[in-house]
Amino acid sequence: MNLNYAFIAVLLMALVTYIPRVLPIVVFRREIKSKYIKSFLRYVPYAVLGALTFPDIFYSTQNILTAICGTAVALILAYRNKSLVVVAIGAIVTVYITGLII
Amino acid sequence: MQRTWKQDLKYGLKRGLPIALGYVPVSFTFGLMAVSGGIPIWMAVFISLSNLTSAGQFAGTNLIILGAGYFEITLTTFIINIRYMLMSLSLTQRLDKNMNLPKRLLVGYGVTDEIFSIASMEEGTLRFPYLLGLIMGPVLGWTTGTALGAIISAALPESLSNAMGIALYGMFIAIILPVAKKSKPVSMIIAISVMVVCILRYLPLFQIVSSGFRVIIATIIAAGIGAFLFPIADNEDLGEDRSSGQDITIEQDEEEGGNLI
Repeated sequence: MNLNYAFIAVLLMALVTYIPRVLPIVVFRREIKSKYIKSFLRYVPYAVLGALTFPDIFYSTQNILTAICGTAVALILAYRNKSLVVVAIGAIVTVYITGLII
Repeated sequence: MQRTWKQDLKYGLKRGLPIALGYVPVSFTFGLMAVSGGIPIWMAVFISLSNLTSAGQFAGTNLIILGAGYFEITLTTFIINIRYMLMSLSLTQRLDKNMNLPKRLLVGYGVTDEIFSIASMEEGTLRFPYLLGLIMGPVLGWTTGTALGAIISAALPESLSNAMGIALYGMFIAIILPVAKKSKPVSMIIAISVMVVCILRYLPLFQIVSSGFRVIIATIIAAGIGAFLFPIADNEDLGEDRSSGQDITIEQDEEEGGNLI
């Protein structure tokens, strides 16, 4: 890990996380009127997380088979409205155990 | 009657405590993941303190681990965090009009999904001492959890830390699936987004598009189509279990409360 590279990247991340939060509070006093833009912004997180998750989740472990098992368990737990910690730990444990077997 | 500075601060601290506790297990996983990807412990804590967000810092840190370029990291994090603009915009309507610039700069730092939700539920004007109290606990919970996860990760066997690679994606699934289950537009948007990302990834024609840009392109196309086909009213519920949630706020079922900044 190149620390200089990582540190600069972290500062850039912090900056682009801070700006959307602080800009309206400092600058704007009005609300966005456009229904389209409002809807777009509300849908963004789901589109982002979907694109981040698939298909990358299948390549997230040493072995695609263990990843598929972990994904299946995560889907089942999430579908049952388990909290994200439970889902994440369930997926990890599944990958770990199937990794021992395969 | 107007409450005193101290009373306001105390009330804010009290309201922030449940958020702080909820953040600990999530940031713990972040600490584990960051360190197992090669990020030093101090830097993992610094990321949590300086970013104070989940999806954005998970994605950004993941790109750092992959060695992505600055522009890609910055743009991806920015796209994920654009939603905060909506929350901050909404907060501006309620803030104490006399709040000065330094105080506004500090309040802006603490706008997370949960802090925003709690603040929105209060009645009347939002004064600075209350917001300061509300923000302090969650910041502490988020950084402490990260430190714990990061420290413990260094002592974990390699086979287990390899398995942790899936944690982030598991959490993402935990965030989107419960909402997708209830909302047809959301499930369609996710499907479109994944489809676009797969096309960009597997079609030889698009091989030059890097992973961060794939996500950005997919997001703009999917959320754009979604907003066009299913424009939503101001307070319409997407299936998040929070009336004020405009974001990837997570479900809180009876046994376990999920939290996402």
